[in-house]
Amino acid sequence: MEAATTKAPAAAPPRKKQRMTDRAKAERKLAWLLCAPAVIAMLIVTGYPIAYAFYLSLQKFDLRFPDEKEFVGFANYGDVLTSSTWWNDVGTTLIITVISVSVELVLGMLIALVMHRAIFGRGPVRATILIPYGIVTVVAAFAWRYAFDPTSGFVFGLPLVPDTWQPLTTKEGSLFVIILAEIWKTTPFMALLLLAGLALVPDELHEAAKVDGASTVQRFFRITLPLMKPAILVALLFRTLDAFRIFDNIFIIQPGGALGTESVSILGYNVLINRVNLGLGSAISILIFICVILIAVLFVKGLGTSTAQQRGET
Amino acid sequence: MRRARRSHLGALALTVLAAVAVGCGVGGDEGGTGARAINWYAFNEPGGSYDMAVQNCNEQANGRYTINYVKLPNIADQQRELLVRRLAAEDDSIDLASLDVIWTAEFAEAEWILPWEGDRREAATEGKLEGPVETVDYQGKVWAIPHTSNTQLLWYRKDRVDAPPDDFTWDEMIDDAVEKGTAVEVQSAQYEGLVVWINAMITSAGGQIVNEQGDVEVNDTAKTAAEIEKKLATSAAAPPGMSTANEDAGRLGFESGRSDYMVNYPYIYPAAAEVGEDFQKSIGWARYPRSVPDRPSAPPLGGFNIAVSAYSNNPDLAFEAAECLASPENQALSAELGGLPPTSESVYDDPKVRKSYPFADELRESIDNAGPRPVTPAYSDISLAIQKTYHPPESVDPNTVVEQLRDRIEKAVDGKIF
Repeated sequence: MEAATTKAPAAAPPRKKQRMTDRAKAERKLAWLLCAPAVIAMLIVTGYPIAYAFYLSLQKFDLRFPDEKEFVGFANYGDVLTSSTWWNDVGTTLIITVISVSVELVLGMLIALVMHRAIFGRGPVRATILIPYGIVTVVAAFAWRYAFDPTSGFVFGLPLVPDTWQPLTTKEGSLFVIILAEIWKTTPFMALLLLAGLALVPDELHEAAKVDGASTVQRFFRITLPLMKPAILVALLFRTLDAFRIFDNIFIIQPGGALGTESVSILGYNVLINRVNLGLGSAISILIFICVILIAVLFVKGLGTSTAQQRGET
Repeated sequence: MRRARRSHLGALALTVLAAVAVGCGVGGDEGGTGARAINWYAFNEPGGSYDMAVQNCNEQANGRYTINYVKLPNIADQQRELLVRRLAAEDDSIDLASLDVIWTAEFAEAEWILPWEGDRREAATEGKLEGPVETVDYQGKVWAIPHTSNTQLLWYRKDRVDAPPDDFTWDEMIDDAVEKGTAVEVQSAQYEGLVVWINAMITSAGGQIVNEQGDVEVNDTAKTAAEIEKKLATSAAAPPGMSTANEDAGRLGFESGRSDYMVNYPYIYPAAAEVGEDFQKSIGWARYPRSVPDRPSAPPLGGFNIAVSAYSNNPDLAFEAAECLASPENQALSAELGGLPPTSESVYDDPKVRKSYPFADELRESIDNAGPRPVTPAYSDISLAIQKTYHPPESVDPNTVVEQLRDRIEKAVDGKIF
């Protein structure tokens, strides 16, 4: 029997020193078989492109000069990482990410509380709040761009808005509009994730605290927030990852990332699609991928975000 | 049970992906699939002249070939992206492609298009204006047939300012606009239009960005251009929203009456008729302004040429179809309905064209004296480098611009990041 244990398949290493029953082994095998199609699909649609992008990033490869294709090792990464353009764009991307995600968290929390507490018309309230998230980003971005258009924007006809204010003609103004569009668009998503977290907070705790004389504010900060921490961190993680890869809003509101609004994704697009420089462009894509992994690791390891906690499986 | 369902979903996702992929490959109305179908990828000409040209040619061909006009977006950068992606993937659904005059070198160098040799070369260039013919030339070969041309004139309000003298300079124009409390409309958003403007000021000052040998040659004329740009941007004559202004924003500004001067393409003239006949009559035109007082200007040169794809299944028919589409009759249609200046000399004498273009002679003179944009396969990289260096207009530093531009262009040509 001992020999049988050591022969356990490498694919399923025994985590605990418990012997596996034949039934458990059979079930595990079945599980792998059943998962296989999904795993293969994932490998084809995500694993292969990533591996191919990495392979491309090690070459000098411009579609317009196919004859000059050669293996250059990590030279493309050196080019990108030593250029001020890349670091400027990382800075811009981080500014957009940090501001939009923080504002979204606060607004999203307020909206989630409203949705949670709505007594009548719960369905319509939730549906209304979700509308911005249901609109195609490009369409929404066009709406914002036209709203702030220097010649025809309606915003400048509104009271309290100075006529001479032309946000889309300066870097700061453009970032403001881009962040505004981003917040408007994705706050509902944040609110939805937070609403799920709110639903996890048991009413009994609130009632008990109420009996003990805790004020509403105290109950929010002492009961709701700590219990919602897993949900908040997951929401922040998702939104940060999304915001870091911001593309559509900038692409429409300041075409080409003009006026210093270029994000890392726009840079990647310019190099890959406009300059058809596959080597350099793939290096940028891989670097963005690494940044995204770093953000995820930071959240999961550093802040203890866990999707298992979120599902209540601790 | 739960896992089993997931794997079904995986399989389903794969099936859907496969279906989508197949769908993309043989898109329904993206082009004909018959043996004699010629797919022409060109921008969506709103006047309808391209549709009529296709109809004319199909009738003349009498069944030998059928041209399908596949409409591309109106923005040149987007047209290029779409064509480049498809041609780099060796897509054989493109037979003919309308190329902006600045793409010839890039497409020829990548061997995405076929040269016009022998009799075909003759057919492509015979009777054509010199400027447009130069735009289809790359390393001694002809790579496309000149179809439509374009250039910019200086438009002004006859009822508000004096007719500009022959040696009118940017400096004088800006000073005059400041004095009269009016604006000068230019294209200065970060896009190809900015390159058109900057390049025209550089060539008007006697410079060039890339020389005939294809080497980068940035000199003090780049500074002259930056000085004019900065002077306008920081003066009272700067139009509102200058850093996002494109052709249409300028046209709308001019139509609104906020400006008395504008450099722009001739399409603004038929458009002005829609504002009102009086307004159209108040518009005067002159040669593009000078950068330096003692040198005639070298105005921008635009337009489209038709090239045959190297991956076409019917190149012989495609050459024939391109010749038909670019015939003087069809050029006259485009001039009349689409506001696109012809490339054939004879069309400028067509009474119909002269009627819709009261400025036909100035247009021709402008095209003949135009200063081309750099001819180089790395054009799109150089264009991005120019855009980044000269934008936003008010922050350009004329003292460092030469160094910056040279540095960026060298990186661009080397395939580096900038």
